[in-house]
Amino acid sequence: MAVCVAVIAKENYPLYIRSSPTENELKFHYMVHTSLDVVDEKISAMGKALVDQRELYLGLLYPTEDHKVYPSYLLCRYGYVTNSKVKFVMVVDSSNTALRDNEIRSMFRKLHSSYTDVMCNPFYNPGDRIQSRAFDSMVTSMMVQVC
Amino acid sequence: MEGLTLSDAEQKYYSDLFSYCDIESTKKVAANGRVLELFRAAQLPNDVVLQIMELCGATRLGYFGRSQFYIALKLVAVAQSGFPLRVESINTVKDLPLPRFVASKNEQESRHAASYSSDSENQGSYSGVIPPPPGRGQAKKGSVSHDTVQPRTSTDQQEPASPVVSPQQSPPNSPHTWRKHSRHPSGGNSERPLAGPGPFWSPFGEAQSGSAAADAVWSGHSPPPPPPQETWVSFADTPPTSTLLTMHPASVQDQTTVRTVASATTANEIRRQSSSYDDPWKITDEQRQYYVNQFKTIQPDLNGFIPGSAAKEFFTKSKLPILELSHIWELSDFDKDGALTLDEFCAAFHLVVARKNGYDLPEKLPESLMPKLIDLEDSADVGDQPGEVGYSGSPAEAPPSKSPSMPSLNQTWPELNQSSEDTAIVHPVPIRMTPSKIHMQEMELKRTGSDHTNPTSPLLVKPSDLSEESKINSSVKFASGNTVADGYSSSDSFTSDPEQIGNNVTHQRSHSGTSPDNTAPPPPPPRPQPSHSRSSSLDMNRTFAVTTGQQQAGVVAHPPAVPPRPQPSQAPGPVVHRPVDADGLITHTSTSPQQIPEQPNFADFSQFEVFAASNVNEEQDDEAEKHPEVLPVEKASDSASSLRVAKTDSKIEEKTAASVPANVSKGTTPLAPPPKPVRRRLKSEDELKPEVDEHTQKTGVLAAVLASQPSIPRSVGKDKKAIQASIRRNKETNTVLARLNSELQQQLKDVLEERISLEVQLEQLRPFSHL
Repeated sequence: MAVCVAVIAKENYPLYIRSSPTENELKFHYMVHTSLDVVDEKISAMGKALVDQRELYLGLLYPTEDHKVYPSYLLCRYGYVTNSKVKFVMVVDSSNTALRDNEIRSMFRKLHSSYTDVMCNPFYNPGDRIQSRAFDSMVTSMMVQVC
Repeated sequence: MEGLTLSDAEQKYYSDLFSYCDIESTKKVAANGRVLELFRAAQLPNDVVLQIMELCGATRLGYFGRSQFYIALKLVAVAQSGFPLRVESINTVKDLPLPRFVASKNEQESRHAASYSSDSENQGSYSGVIPPPPGRGQAKKGSVSHDTVQPRTSTDQQEPASPVVSPQQSPPNSPHTWRKHSRHPSGGNSERPLAGPGPFWSPFGEAQSGSAAADAVWSGHSPPPPPPQETWVSFADTPPTSTLLTMHPASVQDQTTVRTVASATTANEIRRQSSSYDDPWKITDEQRQYYVNQFKTIQPDLNGFIPGSAAKEFFTKSKLPILELSHIWELSDFDKDGALTLDEFCAAFHLVVARKNGYDLPEKLPESLMPKLIDLEDSADVGDQPGEVGYSGSPAEAPPSKSPSMPSLNQTWPELNQSSEDTAIVHPVPIRMTPSKIHMQEMELKRTGSDHTNPTSPLLVKPSDLSEESKINSSVKFASGNTVADGYSSSDSFTSDPEQIGNNVTHQRSHSGTSPDNTAPPPPPPRPQPSHSRSSSLDMNRTFAVTTGQQQAGVVAHPPAVPPRPQPSQAPGPVVHRPVDADGLITHTSTSPQQIPEQPNFADFSQFEVFAASNVNEEQDDEAEKHPEVLPVEKASDSASSLRVAKTDSKIEEKTAASVPANVSKGTTPLAPPPKPVRRRLKSEDELKPEVDEHTQKTGVLAAVLASQPSIPRSVGKDKKAIQASIRRNKETNTVLARLNSELQQQLKDVLEERISLEVQLEQLRPFSHL
């Protein structure tokens, strides 16, 4: 389950960021922020190739790291970029269940699909924070259940 | 401030209440308005309320911050449970039930009116839950409920509140229904655009399940809560009794209604009444007419769409906040296409009207507002009252809210994503199952384009040739395809071929893929073509198109089934073929029967042979193809029969030895003769080579298919046949591609697993690297 989900706009400001509240949210924000560098690196690495051929799913951004904090998750960060350079970053807790790559991909797919639905909404101005309830509920469904 | 530990349910409940009170979203709530109402609704003596406020520190701060608010709520719960109010009691009292608030606001009523429809949905889920009624105040509440029963229809009545039993568990649906109700009290609902009240306060029943645990803690809690319906006797006629909403365990936002401990009779009464109630979201006829007129002003064609931008302007005029309009849009744009159909527009307009009149927006689109999507495949059958909304007679195939529509979209989306991820393999192209002229043209284009797009194909046929051939082929192909399709009893064998080819192609196209020692990688399917999403189908098309080189005799592309194999693993097949071929094309029928027994796999070919024979007969028997080698010659001579023979030959060969040495030889020889057809044939043969291993049958089938495409003279009369053939072919292609897809998926999974295992190993080894 994801511990934190973030949608970052092309200009690298967050459109939507949500973490499981048990943790200090700031820490997740920071993790996402630092992951952006890795994402950019990966994007530019394949920059020569056509956008077509570039995979949307970037995979594990950082080697897993242990939480130094008490709830010791094994956190993995995964990235995903859309063709419009909107980035999804997901921090996943792998300590309990090692999430397979496929599952992460499917989670990103769901995110992407919900994101496009948000985009389709004419009342949504691109660049605004995402306040769609449908999007929220979808993210909730994939977040770690707060216990 | 004192540390405050809240349970999960409490956390949610409090945050909801806080949000409710925090109308300006300033994260601090002034000690007025809602907060006071809330506390009054807690039915605590005033001095207790004051004490609470003091304890939580609000009086010091002058307002309620979030923590103060939470503490206050906790203290309310403490007080309601009968415990003395102490600062310590916040955390010491275990299993405290959620504070109960008697709803008394009209606004809440109006606000919650909107949620009634959703409540009705939840009704079923709640029926099973019977919250233990709070012991305290029960009698009082009973009286309250009686009072409230009276002014049913008035909007300003006091909602009978059922004691909020602190729900320990939240029912699955309920939280969502009320969670996001906007708390904009819009005053009285004197004008109710929406019909009847939502009588379904049974949702409150649900809250109760968890309270069983709480019961033990409470002292003097009385009698088990009446079944959900009973409580709502009074609500039967009162539409927006917000109390209902508050009962909701996790999403109790505002006030909780006191459950009336009604008797079973009243419960029945309620049920009856509730059933007779109109869905609050029902659109009356005049409303609908008005909406339709409005629709016409924007879009005169009633079957057309209103684009998102126009809708945005229109609804912005209603002066609702953008966020709410955005939510309304999300609810009403059912198919998520960014445009509103008439039904969607009416739903959206109705929601806007409701909102302006103070009804809260539901979380999900009410059933009565769901547009009738006739061609929505995943139409869940919402047990909708059909005639309820002023919709025309078509049955409401409303997928429940947006989620059902999402899956359909999601299905396409994930596929696209996946395929885009596997870009090396193939470009996703939707396959159109219904043939049409446009489709056929696309098929032609695709065929022609296939060679363009694959520079790696050694047998790249000149585009011009392709175009010519494709044109010829299209008609022939379709015509023959029809017959072929008839001939095939099982599509498996047929699909196996495309898959095989597809595999080859995928091997080809995936630069990282390892193509089995193919001499000639099959050309990738043409990208731009929208009609096929898998190379295999394209290959098939190509093979079909191969015949274009010959005159219209539908030179079915050389048999894809016989890829010339480097290894001379020719089995008896070729030998068999040779003599068979030697008989000449005319002996197709003879060969085929021979071949058939040799290849029990091709059970279909008997029929196919019949067709082929017929086709052959139709053709000019100018082809004298003795061998597959002769094929090129045949092609030159436009003998579909020869092709057929060759194909059957190849098919047989493949079956036998999965190698086509004979074909190889055959393939090579044809090089000399007419270049175009030869090339095509070689190409297809090459494509087939890699496939031979597993898909001999498939290619054989393909060959058969191709062979069966005789040179049916193109004539207008054959269009229908062509269409049918194309339909069949497309279907087969589809299945082939689907199988191919699944196989590739499997391969992908395997590869990923390997990768994961490797990563694990790497991780394990990593610490040792530092030694």
